[in-house]
Amino acid sequence: MRVCEVQELGRIGWAAAYQKQRQLVEQRKRNEIPDQLLLVEHDPVVTLGRNSKPQNLLAPASILARAGIGLEEANRGGDVTYHGPGQLVVYPVLNLNDWKRDVHHYVRAIEECVIGALAEFGVAGERSAINSGVWVKQRQTGTLAKICAIGIHVSRWVTSHGFALNIDTDLSHFRYIVPCGLTQPVISLARLGVQASRAQVSDAVVRNFGSVFQLQMAVPETVGERIP
Amino acid sequence: MIEVVMPQMGESIVEGTLTRWLKKPGDKVERDEPLFEISTDKVDTEIPAPTAGVLAEVLVNEGDTVAIKTVVAKIDEGGSAAAPAKEEAKAAEPAPVKEDPAPPAPPKPAAAAPAPQPAPAAPAAPVASQPAPEPAPAEAQPAVDADEVTGPLSPLVRKMAREYNIELGQVRGTGAGGRITKQDLEAYMAAQGARTMAGPPAPAPAAAPASAPAPAAKAAEPAAPAPRAAAPQQKVEPMSIMRQKIAEHMVMSKRTSAHVTTVHRVDMTKIAKIRDRAKEEFKNRYGFGLTFLPFVTSAAVDALRAFPIVNASIEGTNVLYHGAINIGIAVALDGGLIVPVIKNADEKNITGLQRSIADLAARARSKQLKPDEVSGGTFSLTNFGSFGSLFATPVINQPQVGILGIGSVTKEPVVVADAIAIRSMMYLALTFDHRLIDGALADQFCQKIKDLLENWSDQVI
Repeated sequence: MRVCEVQELGRIGWAAAYQKQRQLVEQRKRNEIPDQLLLVEHDPVVTLGRNSKPQNLLAPASILARAGIGLEEANRGGDVTYHGPGQLVVYPVLNLNDWKRDVHHYVRAIEECVIGALAEFGVAGERSAINSGVWVKQRQTGTLAKICAIGIHVSRWVTSHGFALNIDTDLSHFRYIVPCGLTQPVISLARLGVQASRAQVSDAVVRNFGSVFQLQMAVPETVGERIP
Repeated sequence: MIEVVMPQMGESIVEGTLTRWLKKPGDKVERDEPLFEISTDKVDTEIPAPTAGVLAEVLVNEGDTVAIKTVVAKIDEGGSAAAPAKEEAKAAEPAPVKEDPAPPAPPKPAAAAPAPQPAPAAPAAPVASQPAPEPAPAEAQPAVDADEVTGPLSPLVRKMAREYNIELGQVRGTGAGGRITKQDLEAYMAAQGARTMAGPPAPAPAAAPASAPAPAAKAAEPAAPAPRAAAPQQKVEPMSIMRQKIAEHMVMSKRTSAHVTTVHRVDMTKIAKIRDRAKEEFKNRYGFGLTFLPFVTSAAVDALRAFPIVNASIEGTNVLYHGAINIGIAVALDGGLIVPVIKNADEKNITGLQRSIADLAARARSKQLKPDEVSGGTFSLTNFGSFGSLFATPVINQPQVGILGIGSVTKEPVVVADAIAIRSMMYLALTFDHRLIDGALADQFCQKIKDLLENWSDQVI
């Protein structure tokens, strides 16, 4: 079984995490490192994907700045999204040549791993024809709300960017954007009444990631041990 | 020449959108160097060049979605000069330069358009004299590097190259003995788009002479991008973000709703009198003027309360009746417009409405609005009367189902009780979404507003 190294980067700015990913992508392309899974939490930031429509950003950078929210352009697919504290952001740097050369399949697999992780907390995540990502049906209204957004970049079959799962994100920050260009609401585990720590959710996501992608997840401690 | 195709990024994927070219025609590319980006669903992918060489031709524009395996570019492995001249041009071209004045072959003829290249003989006559026998000055040709060019150049080609600042070394000649023809230049310019044509005056090469056979000129006109060069006073500039948003929103609205506009005439004489009496004091006390707008807003709010279906939205096959009455007011800005929203307009009196309107409009113009002040509207007003319009047919502000257009208030001769009187008249134009609202209800809604305005009960504000 191939190894995937897990790196918990903790709270880190979006740009710094992006730098880190670029560096890992280059190394991964040259086969200098195995697959990587970065776990991060971002300072509040709105990022624009390659397909972002300007109208889905509802506030100019100045207003975002006043609210303490950064604005970045990302070379990933998907529309505008928000990252902030309380959100588990996961950046897999995988070489899809070693798995399946199929980007749709990759997105579906990410959804599967998030749905699996949510199930461990008793939450029924589902896919929707509306849009990629993982959705949860709201009990009162029956409408779907997005709990996990996905945006990917692929270069020579090596992936970057990834997905963001709301644990106890301040959902009011989403009001500055039309998330993913959709009018559907966003939701978090906390809003669903699930009290889960970031570590618990990370563990579940890493575990499910390993089983979906058939990777042996090398968690931080073991990574440390392997370094001579 | 190596063809670059839209790759298949997965089993179920049948097409891709080309989001960005990372190289321009004429650029050198290395093997495996990122050449362009595509996007499918949530995935953005960088596609590397399959071979080293020079990007000769780009066949798909940014933003276009094409099927997999479609050729999107050609790379010249020779790697010397780029040759964006099109194959079609070559095929259609009959002979040396002065015999073929036909417009350039468009890079991508629209399917419906008739073949842009008419029989080569037909248009030959009118323009045979076109290449003005201008003596080509041997020196002072900054853009033309004669060493790189094979074959002799006609005076016309030299002149065009100079005027459009074209490096002839970049143009592949398709004429006799590889010589560069006017068509080669035009095809080159078409491929380059407007980029290379900044500045210099154009000699209007594509302006067909009046004597040219009409069908030929017509056929070529819509398809040929080159005529852009013929009009030096034209310019291309990107739309502002706001303009793009408005454009998209307007078309989306027209596509979404079944727009119908009904117009009612309202006698505003009573309101005009109240306003005249209060205007001065209002200005002194509050620091802003008193217009007709808060009266119409107030009447519209009452009518919305009476006809809640006009204060609603369509969600799939459901009707969403909004609890609050939040009135959007269109404010004209330089180069655009914005619709700030008076939240809970039903809780405000005339003074409160006028204050909100003045405040929102002022802050809209100074770009000080907060995001939640331009969202959440449940019905909109547009006051085109302030620009002198009598009535218009406004476009619904989605996802709302109605917008009330307010015409200018003018004094008109009106028949009142079989006598002709001078009254202050105004047209109200309600555009409603006929998917949800029928004409009878829309007109009752308007009559309610009319009734409230014509019989305004409060004499003081």
